[in-house]
Amino acid sequence: MELIQQLVNGVSLGSIYALIALGYTMVYGIVRLINFAHGDVFMVGSFVGFYAVTMLGIGFFPALLLAMAACAVLGMVIERIAYKPLRNATRIAVLITAIGVSLFIEYVTIYLRGAQPEAYPSTLLPDRNLKLFGVVISSQSLFILGTSLVLMILLQFIVHRTKIGKAMRAVSHDAEAARLMGINVDNTISATFAIGSALAGAAGVIFGIYYTKIEPLMGILPGLKAFVAAVLGGIGIIPGAMVGGLLLGVIESLVSGLGYSLWRDGVAFVILILILIFRPAGLFGKNVREKV
Amino acid sequence: MATWKRTRGFWGSVILAFAFFAVVEWLIASGMLNIFYVNTLFFMAINVMLAASLHLIIGITGQFSIGHAGFFAVGAYASAIMTMKLQLPFAVGVLTAGVAAMLAGLIIGVPSLRLKGDYLAIATLGFGEIVRIALLNIDYVGGASGMTVTHMTTWPWVFACLLVTLLVIANFTNSTHGRACISIREDEIAADAMGINTTYYKVAAFVIGAFFAGIAGALYAHHFYIIQPSNFGFLKSFDILIFVVLGGLGSLSGSVIAAVLLTIVSTFLQNYPETRMIIYSLVLIFVMLYRPTGLMGTKELSSLWKWRKTEGGVNHGGKNTVA
Repeated sequence: MELIQQLVNGVSLGSIYALIALGYTMVYGIVRLINFAHGDVFMVGSFVGFYAVTMLGIGFFPALLLAMAACAVLGMVIERIAYKPLRNATRIAVLITAIGVSLFIEYVTIYLRGAQPEAYPSTLLPDRNLKLFGVVISSQSLFILGTSLVLMILLQFIVHRTKIGKAMRAVSHDAEAARLMGINVDNTISATFAIGSALAGAAGVIFGIYYTKIEPLMGILPGLKAFVAAVLGGIGIIPGAMVGGLLLGVIESLVSGLGYSLWRDGVAFVILILILIFRPAGLFGKNVREKV
Repeated sequence: MATWKRTRGFWGSVILAFAFFAVVEWLIASGMLNIFYVNTLFFMAINVMLAASLHLIIGITGQFSIGHAGFFAVGAYASAIMTMKLQLPFAVGVLTAGVAAMLAGLIIGVPSLRLKGDYLAIATLGFGEIVRIALLNIDYVGGASGMTVTHMTTWPWVFACLLVTLLVIANFTNSTHGRACISIREDEIAADAMGINTTYYKVAAFVIGAFFAGIAGALYAHHFYIIQPSNFGFLKSFDILIFVVLGGLGSLSGSVIAAVLLTIVSTFLQNYPETRMIIYSLVLIFVMLYRPTGLMGTKELSSLWKWRKTEGGVNHGGKNTVA
């Protein structure tokens, strides 16, 4: 029973990782950039949700939508200001810029509101415990799982059934060819950042409800772990990010369940190094031959 | 005569360095430098060592590593264990710090240097985090509360370590091995095709860089009385990265200058840590947007006055790039 309980917790946690990982993977798939600032967009989303709930007094779903919208705008602004001028620069230059943007968002947040943590109101979602075959499932984790699933299905729909999704797939396949076919590459990249950041914002609100405590530096670790999840599933592959996120959440929960909760944060990085050594393309990826 | 011409720059800088050493030693002994300035000076030297060692990995070999604080931490803790737990002399501590960090570099370098660019960056970042979390969970070294360390770092020690670091890295860069590393930075596939054992040189640069970061860790541990895992998080790695990036990817003197300047800046902003980090992040972004080669590019300070004498060759006019 203990094991199943941990699995349930792991899936809830994993769905948060999966939502963040989706943004990483989409951005990486389209511009080959590890968007280090993604974890901080997640943090901003969490705070927007928090202030929307406490100051505007709105419910869970409006707050979620507001956080998603704010993060989408933030994501596009980051892309336009910091990454777009570097479209043709070296990979390392872009990576360093991303690190800079990440630090900037974190410390501007601290500068504006201080480093003290906030507690999410716990009355936002009905909190009742369901007992199912001896396993306690809180209604909150069901809500979280449900919301994440809906968002993931929505994303699949956008990517595979809409025009902008088609453009995104085309650009990630070959940006030059897409441009020749009349696709506005810059707008497509902006849209990708917007969608990815909106998902991170949603993850931020969900995280706040699940863990209660939010603070300006909270984005770093989940951000890095979500990146691990994206690499685990095969970076650039959307279903891979979902599976990778869920897998990582379950593994972490099992490690804490075994009594090594302090080592939990280390496990993700061990997985990362192992996967990079043995299967660098990820679980769902295909090996690509290097061409000169 | 010819040898003298080639090496006079080298001996000149060594003599200058010793003159600097003597002046500072005299100032400290006579009490003209108060404890605050001495602290800043030591911190500067440690940062210069860190910057120089990371410069060897990123600037010369072009391997983007952002887990340098991990080696720094390994060195700090290894030396602290030697001197505090085993009661061995400081010299043993410093040497162990270097060797322990070197071994850590070897262990992490061999598998992860097969990766490139972004993946290597993330793997090294992960390594730095694993080191921190491991230190946090090992009770022998005090866990989260850290270890108390007696003050043993003195100016002669700091100077000797700094001088050796800079000399070894500068001379390595100008050797056959250094040129091999530079060729990997410029184009790894071409270097491979030219018969350079790229894995060997990447690991070599990584291990040497880790060694000196470890030594810097030993000096740090024995200067600040207490070491805690939280001192070695990835913000520390980013600090070191900023020195190298701002100074110029590929310029040793650039990294050194940036380390000195930024240490002074951060000393002044000590009471405003947020402002300091905002400035750092803006520096990173604007340097990358408007001068991606950093302040010095791949030029060295010495090449500024050699310029007129060398006709062609040697100077690439800053056309070199990293990765």
